[in-house]
Amino acid sequence: MLNVQGLHLWRGDRHVLRGVSFAVEAGQCALLTGKNGAGKTTLLRAIAGLLEPEEGQVRWRGMPARAQRDEFHGELAYLGHEPPLKGDLSGRENLRYSIGIRRVVDASEIDAALARTGATGFADTQVRMLSAGQKRRVALAGVLLANAALWLLDEPTTNLDADGQQLVAQLVAEHLERAGLAVAAVHHSLPLAPERVLAVELGGA
Amino acid sequence: MKSGSLAVARLVAVRHLRLPFRKPSQLIQPLMFFMIVATLFPLTLTPELSRLRDAAPGVLWVGALLSSLLALEYLYRDDAVDGTLEQFALSGQSLTWMLFAKTCTHWLLTGLPLALFAPLAAMLLGVPARAMGGLLAALALGGFAMSLVGAISAGLTLGARRGGVLLSLLTIPLTVPILIFGADATQRAIVGDPIAPPMYLLGAIAVLGVTLAPLAAAAAVRIGLE
Repeated sequence: MLNVQGLHLWRGDRHVLRGVSFAVEAGQCALLTGKNGAGKTTLLRAIAGLLEPEEGQVRWRGMPARAQRDEFHGELAYLGHEPPLKGDLSGRENLRYSIGIRRVVDASEIDAALARTGATGFADTQVRMLSAGQKRRVALAGVLLANAALWLLDEPTTNLDADGQQLVAQLVAEHLERAGLAVAAVHHSLPLAPERVLAVELGGA
Repeated sequence: MKSGSLAVARLVAVRHLRLPFRKPSQLIQPLMFFMIVATLFPLTLTPELSRLRDAAPGVLWVGALLSSLLALEYLYRDDAVDGTLEQFALSGQSLTWMLFAKTCTHWLLTGLPLALFAPLAAMLLGVPARAMGGLLAALALGGFAMSLVGAISAGLTLGARRGGVLLSLLTIPLTVPILIFGADATQRAIVGDPIAPPMYLLGAIAVLGVTLAPLAAAAAVRIGLE
């Protein structure tokens, strides 16, 4: 479903991605590993369409992703390094607005997603008052609510405690069970069934 | 079910409307700046009302432009920092439409209050009461056009260091026609001439802005996100 074909990308004078290619099918998760600066975040942003590669292309359902940008993005949930949350709003308000611009969402769905990620207890607190791990749980609820086939996760377990890290693995496993697919940049491997994992090692700079 | 265009615009607008009220300095600063500029000019020029009245259109419009530049710095800055713009770009909805909704809301929060405060500043400059309606209309329309032009500059300076200076350098030349026609409309309102001709031209600039600025702003924001 997702084909990354020969991506080359420079950041300034640094050749970060050197012909990266892999394919991910429904029910599979590509785990991107590599040293700091190897280009994991760059690759995720290039797949999402936030960065334009100098060479190569990303194909989604057999078509270039750029040629169907809005449709591709409609099927994509992207969680970057920093949870995309407004500090002056509560977690619940953040989700209502950020998911609301994607699809029609009701309060019970938001409640269920917050409960699933263990964020109910602080969902009505202003995000600026939350710890980094709590923000990450709210952001994960956003990924669930996006109802997207493709998850792009950049270090999804960062700032989470042991339970939270286990939760991320469970959420990804359930997503794959539902025939979803994921690409995750990780420092420590996620405990997923080996047959569902595609390891992609990126070279250092 | 995918959200409709109107629902998307409403959500973008509601979120943009709610946030500044939790951080009111973003609303008050441009207004304060405008009032300070308008108050200082009479002190430095002359107490003669007739001469102040002659200078009023220029003072009011340059003050409005500079305050709108202050406000423009906030248009995308926080959204870029906290990842909201990335989420907009990856939402599967039209980024052009969302940025247009955001720009309109920005004008509601900064441009419109400035136009509403302008008669107060105009009184200090000896502008007669009969001119206030024309001044308010010209500043409201001209301010909207300035917000649209500024949205492009704000997008282009997203990733730039010292973006505020660059924002001014990009925006000021593009807003010169708005300043000229706006000041002309104000001058005509002061002397009691019909203000329709410059207002039509301001309207034409606003229509052109509505048509082109959101597209250009969306392209600029996508580049800025790279």
